Amino acid sequence: MILVSGVTKRYGKTAVVDDVSLQLPRGGVTAIVGANGAGKSTLLSMIARLLDSDAGSITVGDLDVATCDSRELARRLAILRQTNDLQSRLTVADLVGFGRFPHSGGRHTATDRAAIEQAISWMNLHDLRDRFLDEMSGGQRQRAFVAMVLAQDTEYLLLDEPLNNLDVAHAHAMLTTLRRAADELNKTVVIVVHDINYASCWADQIVAMKNGVIRAVGSPREIMRRPLLKDVFELDIEVVELRGHRIAHFYLPVPICANCNSANEACCLNRGVSEPVPLTLRPQVAS
Amino acid sequence: MSATSPPTSTVTSRSRSLTPNKRLVLGLAVCLLAAGVFMLANLSGNLGFVLELRGRKLAAMVLVGWSTGVATVAFQTVTNNRLLTPSIMGLDALYVFIQSILVLVLGIALVGQVGAYPMFFLNVGLMLLAASALTSVLFGKRSRSVYVVVLAGLVLGSVLRALSSLIARVLDPSSFMVLQDNLFASFTAVNPQLIWLCAVIVALASGYLWSMRATLDVLTLGRDAAVSLGVPYQRTMRRVLLVATLLVCVSTALVGPITFLGLIVAAIAYQVSGTGRHTVTMPMAGLLGVAVLVGGQAILEQILGQATVLSVVIEFIGGIAFIWLVIRKASS
Amino acid sequence: MSAHAPSVAPAATDKPAGRPLSRGWFGGLAVLLVLAIVSVFTGVSDLSPVDFLTGTATDRQWLHLLASRVPRTVAVLLAGASLALSGLLMQLLVRNRFVEPGTVGTSESAGVGILIAVMVFPTAPLVVKMVIAIVTALIGTALFLRLVRSLPPKAPVVAVPLIGIMLAGVIAAGTTFVAYRFDLMQTIGIWMQGDFSGVLRGRYEMLWLLAGMGLLLWLFADRFTLASLGQDHARALGLSYKATLNLGLALVATSSAITLVVVGGIGFVGLVVPNLITLWRGDNLRRNIGWTALAGSGFVLVCDLMSRTLNAPYEVPVGTVSGVLGGIVFLGLLLTGRMRTQ
Repeated sequence: MILVSGVTKRYGKTAVVDDVSLQLPRGGVTAIVGANGAGKSTLLSMIARLLDSDAGSITVGDLDVATCDSRELARRLAILRQTNDLQSRLTVADLVGFGRFPHSGGRHTATDRAAIEQAISWMNLHDLRDRFLDEMSGGQRQRAFVAMVLAQDTEYLLLDEPLNNLDVAHAHAMLTTLRRAADELNKTVVIVVHDINYASCWADQIVAMKNGVIRAVGSPREIMRRPLLKDVFELDIEVVELRGHRIAHFYLPVPICANCNSANEACCLNRGVSEPVPLTLRPQVAS
Repeated sequence: MSATSPPTSTVTSRSRSLTPNKRLVLGLAVCLLAAGVFMLANLSGNLGFVLELRGRKLAAMVLVGWSTGVATVAFQTVTNNRLLTPSIMGLDALYVFIQSILVLVLGIALVGQVGAYPMFFLNVGLMLLAASALTSVLFGKRSRSVYVVVLAGLVLGSVLRALSSLIARVLDPSSFMVLQDNLFASFTAVNPQLIWLCAVIVALASGYLWSMRATLDVLTLGRDAAVSLGVPYQRTMRRVLLVATLLVCVSTALVGPITFLGLIVAAIAYQVSGTGRHTVTMPMAGLLGVAVLVGGQAILEQILGQATVLSVVIEFIGGIAFIWLVIRKASS
Repeated sequence: MSAHAPSVAPAATDKPAGRPLSRGWFGGLAVLLVLAIVSVFTGVSDLSPVDFLTGTATDRQWLHLLASRVPRTVAVLLAGASLALSGLLMQLLVRNRFVEPGTVGTSESAGVGILIAVMVFPTAPLVVKMVIAIVTALIGTALFLRLVRSLPPKAPVVAVPLIGIMLAGVIAAGTTFVAYRFDLMQTIGIWMQGDFSGVLRGRYEMLWLLAGMGLLLWLFADRFTLASLGQDHARALGLSYKATLNLGLALVATSSAITLVVVGGIGFVGLVVPNLITLWRGDNLRRNIGWTALAGSGFVLVCDLMSRTLNAPYEVPVGTVSGVLGGIVFLGLLLTGRMRTQ
């Protein structure tokens, strides 16, 4: 279990993360959502000791993140930030091999080699294993990095906006992988995502943040509610249900129908009107 | 998938046509060739004397070339900055500055009495202190852009050089001559007293960096990924920077400052190693350092008869290489 | 119009800062004059202002005053103002706070001209050498601009001075190589080193050209400010961008070649002074010309005084002193984040 208690991070006078407490139980996929600057990535970085916190404590299992041996923590928890630019020419196999560094420090044992092979086959990278990373597409490189953190073989897997710069097909493949990692390999996956609908459809639990504090924690069904989203994102978003999943329709220019002036299930749009219905601007946008 | 795999395999087979180890052997062969030319070209006069003189120079150049190459690669990895080298950061100017300060404060007579070894150790000690202060400013809490650090280093180097020449002016002329003869080394006036000591230091430092090679590999992924993989980032960085500083002391003490040697050989080493792993890039850069120094000196001194201008030539080529690197990095 | 607005409109509301030559500026000028008088009476041979005021000065003392001390001080003032203004103008035109003739290779290119002059026309008068130096300085500056253009528009600001410094280094290394081959190292070294000790009556008058350069800068200030908005804006406002840019850079190259030929290289003045003034007073060329010139003169004057007193009776080259002082100020600006690098 990851236990965050009273954690604060300040830059100058502004608290980016403000006295946050949170429990993340073992297993499943947790998605952290929120507007830009809500403190999602900062919180994730502090859990993974990439950033020091100014106050509070974080424990991963029985390890206190601030004081524990960094390598010990690296065997429990892996974090993947948005793909960093690489300085040197590395092959996919080289990169995945780095995932074993916390375990063997660079000299690979048979266990390490097995873990590397497993990660490579899990991410379908067999054909690419000897390719150099700088000769590959962004999506392929992303897969290689995920293979690296899989090879790290940790209980906890933290990913900071893993869907950034991925088209829908690649985003879908990434989410499938993470879901399988949670379900088949029993990993605890925590991701930061921008698109709340991905969170709604793929995660077991959602943490909604705003202005450095946690606004709500709960199942997708509990979080994906119109008043709550309005509070978190400061935007009135219509939420509908599709095959058991709640979808927030923030793609629509307006939730208010100009025909019947309603914004919910009572709208004429839901009663089989086939021609496009004129939509008015949202009240808050218009003003 | 099948459409893309044939080109994949050709790329692979082309870049794997020479294994990294064979490339290293090739580098070593180039070094040996350069050393042979340097030792044997235009032999005349008292053979024993000439060979001994050249041998001493060769030993110094091998030490300097090797340590500059190895130190630069490790330094660039921990600072995650391929435009920066210990010399460009101003460390060799710092060494000369400390040397001048010591002569100014202690007086030329005392410096003469103390002898080369204690002076060298004193200088190195002060250098390590100053360099760790400097690195904590440049790579401390506040994160600075790659370019700002390089610019600050260049300006710092020029300030330190100006200060050193200021001190040289303030010394009375006769002490200054003594200082120059005794302490300021150059390609033509290799400091012979320190060669053995420097050889030991270079061997120990190289051994340490070699033992760090796996950690250095991980550091090429950048700070966040390295920390995530359990690398004690601050500690590793501090240690590698200190070792690099030590190697700068060695090379500056032996042949004086050569600002761009590290930049050139590291840049070439990354290109020709065929891999980014430090098992290859570090020794490759070391070998290239030796090849450039010894080969360059062999050509200039024995063939063109222009002994002292090697550092000028390196500066010329290094400057062009640097401009190319900046434009390439900014364009990527 | 937008370039005129700040220099004209705020003058009504914000008098002291609005006008180029405000009361504060005259105060600064007074301080500079005091410094200049101190400079005139500082030196090895004993000159006292009392002797000259009471009329007891000998002919010898008068000669010394008029032939050596006054020319030297005037040269310092002219060179300082010109270096600072060249830096300011170049920063405006290249649209980069980190450039000055000394960090982009202009000065080193002028040095190439001197080398050519010394090698090919060793007996030619100073004017000829100066013309050759101006031509090579222009070529060097053009080369720098060519290199900077190969950077993508989004390249970081600091990449520009890095390229400039390296270009300067490459040119200097080339000069050294050739000078070494032809045994001219010492000659070139003396030329390139900033030093006012050789300034005597009859050997510095060409520096008055710099005053003319300053006047041109003053006259075209608004155009240069417009050009500094960038090609598109300048064109949209009806300015011939290329011509203005070329004129400005020609002014810079000519001034720095003249300074180099007469007194040698004095680094960091053009970098530090305009940046300090801009930090203090904001960006507007015409409004800052007066202060920049004043502060440039003052800075070099202080450096020159130090160069004469640090190791008296010997002199330290003023270029070395300014290299230390200016470099430290610049490092401070850079590392404390006062100069924005984004």
